[in-house]
Amino acid sequence: MAYADQAENEAVHEPKSFFTRYIWSQDHKVIAIQYSLTAIFVGLIALILSGLMRMQIGFPGSLEFMDASAYYQAMTMHGMIMVIYLLTALFLGGFGNYLIPLMVGARDMVFPYVNMLSYWFYLLSVLVLLASFFVPGGPTGAGWTLYPPQSITAGTPGTDWGIVLMLVSLAIFIVAATMGGLNYVTTVLQARTYGMTLFRMPLTVWGIFMATVLALLAFPALFVSAVMMLFDKLLGTSFFMPAIVSMGQALDHQGGSPILFQHLFWFFGHPEVYIVALPAFGLVSDLISTHARKNIFGYRMMVWAIVAIGVLSFVVWAHHMYVSGMNPYFGFFFATTTLVIAVPTALKVYNWVLTLWRGDIHLTVPMLFALGFILTFLVGGLTGLFLGNVIVDVPLSDTYFVVAHFHMVMGVAPILVVFGAIYHWYPKVTGRMMNDCLGKLHFWITFLGTYAIYFPMHYLGFLGMPRRYYSFEGYEFIPDSAQDLNAFITVAALLVGVSQLLFLFNLFWSVRNGKPAGANPWQATSLEWQTPQTPPPHGNWGAKLPVVHRWAYDYSLPGMKADFVPQTVSDQELQRRRSREQVGGES
Amino acid sequence: MSTEIRPKAAAEEGMQGLVQDWSDDREVFRRVNWGKAMMWIFLLSDTFIFSCFLTGYMVVRSSTVEAWPNTSEVFALTLGGIHIPLVLIAIMTFVLISSSGTMAMAVNFGYQRRRFRCGGLILLTALLGATFVGMQAFEWSKLIEDGVRPWGNPMGAPQFGACFFMITGFHGLHVSIGVIYLGIVALKVLKGDYEQRGDYQIVETAGLYWHFVDLVWVFIFAFFYLW
Repeated sequence: MAYADQAENEAVHEPKSFFTRYIWSQDHKVIAIQYSLTAIFVGLIALILSGLMRMQIGFPGSLEFMDASAYYQAMTMHGMIMVIYLLTALFLGGFGNYLIPLMVGARDMVFPYVNMLSYWFYLLSVLVLLASFFVPGGPTGAGWTLYPPQSITAGTPGTDWGIVLMLVSLAIFIVAATMGGLNYVTTVLQARTYGMTLFRMPLTVWGIFMATVLALLAFPALFVSAVMMLFDKLLGTSFFMPAIVSMGQALDHQGGSPILFQHLFWFFGHPEVYIVALPAFGLVSDLISTHARKNIFGYRMMVWAIVAIGVLSFVVWAHHMYVSGMNPYFGFFFATTTLVIAVPTALKVYNWVLTLWRGDIHLTVPMLFALGFILTFLVGGLTGLFLGNVIVDVPLSDTYFVVAHFHMVMGVAPILVVFGAIYHWYPKVTGRMMNDCLGKLHFWITFLGTYAIYFPMHYLGFLGMPRRYYSFEGYEFIPDSAQDLNAFITVAALLVGVSQLLFLFNLFWSVRNGKPAGANPWQATSLEWQTPQTPPPHGNWGAKLPVVHRWAYDYSLPGMKADFVPQTVSDQELQRRRSREQVGGES
Repeated sequence: MSTEIRPKAAAEEGMQGLVQDWSDDREVFRRVNWGKAMMWIFLLSDTFIFSCFLTGYMVVRSSTVEAWPNTSEVFALTLGGIHIPLVLIAIMTFVLISSSGTMAMAVNFGYQRRRFRCGGLILLTALLGATFVGMQAFEWSKLIEDGVRPWGNPMGAPQFGACFFMITGFHGLHVSIGVIYLGIVALKVLKGDYEQRGDYQIVETAGLYWHFVDLVWVFIFAFFYLW
């Protein structure tokens, strides 16, 4: 048997009932939607938590239940949910699941059953996480980095139940991400269609592929640190716990290394930044190229930049630990690697801009979000260069400057791509367009609003305003006017938060009431827009797999009337079209 | 560039073949089925888990303030009046490495389509694996009798017990899962499932997992028991 024919011959399981079609589905498209909706749901919870936190900072004491413990719990859950359970799950589980098989021309993921399990494990991890809101003591308030010893020492909120549920939930999430990730990587490597070489794949697939590789190699560190901390908490081992006196009492721990946790956590945590960023890079490249009707500038360099960023992201982790007390000589190494990673990243930004240059830019809603991403990512990336340097980072560490930096670069920027990508691929998923007016309104409020929120934070950070403080009263170095700025930020944040209802309404209303989209509303070239039916049925391609003849970026070819050539068009067919047009032009 | 639909041939040797494989359509690893490719990627990920465990062990071993117990003494047994250091671990290692040998033979017989020899050797591999887990259970109970606990032990650094139970436990879990996995594959081989399809690659895929578990043990043996 020729193994290459596995894609053609492997029987695709056929759903028989409502339950196997929509609930226990093994279809990558249904799993993608399940992943996306779950992720958006927990994301909303995290959004509400951030609103509650901002109320406390902007208008101290305005919420009765918001005491110091509740504040720390809201902060911790907000961070963890946004980074792991929303962004990672949505980019890999949502977009990865939906787009990889369609874009490489496969009928499904290589192991649909494992793929289905991946979603159910993810849902279980979400449920375990949310359960921590209802246990005695509430969720953990250790900060999303969960640094021991404080995360498991009495005095921090949620040290009894919350931290245990958090760690268990993370471990389950990692199992889910591994099962999904193995599928994505194997599908990209081994299940592409005829003619689909690696260098003909859209950058979306490259971004998600590399991010998945990072996930498979970085999550083990988080898994191990979660296991060790669970043992410290439940069995009384001392992996991360030094001898410690807490509230006048010596604890039963000795000889552990708290800094070991920080190394393990950030060995996961820094690649995690790129697990979120690389899919965003990929998706936004395709949005820009499609809506500017121009081939992506420097495709191969874009691919190599993704690979280089992926590799480099494993050797920069300790730039999160300049003030942790590690050997100061490490700072030199990690500052250097951190600045080196800016090179491929800057290359990508230049290439996006050069793709736009003299393009036929359509200011559609996805394009607006893509343009918003470039600006936001640029701002966040530049402040990253500040923080990558040890001497600048030390005074700015744990101030609102850092908060502004990482929200710009890995919070807002990827979320803008998420929105743009949803507006872009929604017609393929549902067969209908989302409402344009609502979309534009949503974009402008979100885009301008985030700048109203995060630009002032840079300034607050320079004033030395520390992050993660519950109350700022009685600190002489913070001027009173800072409080006015904080109130302003809170109002902006609440406005942006509420405006997301526009998006949600649009998302659900358009399923039935949107304008019918047709198969290829954006006139895009990549394979997912060439399916025989929209939305694509189970098995995606009907009787025969598509055959790919060109890369995904043949927009505005010279001498052609149509400004795009799909990947499935062969050169002979292209010649025929050209000559037909010329004949038509002469008559 | 037109792309004709063609059957895949074997790749060329050397660098030329490498470049061909990666610039080709459909699949990067020629004639490697999906399960085998996925197993390799999974093992790469699992390598990182064990690396993190072993790195964590080395760090706490250097951060702890109390003396690390002498493993030659802790794991010594007195057999027939002779005191032999590490004897049980040596036997366990021997058993596990031998099981890698029987597994390799099973894969070979699988590709030769001699399914009873193949299935029998897989069962023997699983049996050796089960023996390993049994001896590990004996080792655990002996240490627990001696007062070693995850949170402390009478011989010195409390991290010794913590690392021992965590790392050997995680590895033992892998071996146990492997024994079940091999048992299922052996039954399928003996029933002739792969004979009908003419494809014994699943035996090799299971073998990959088994060899990996053995390889991990070599590192645990070197870093935890010998050091």
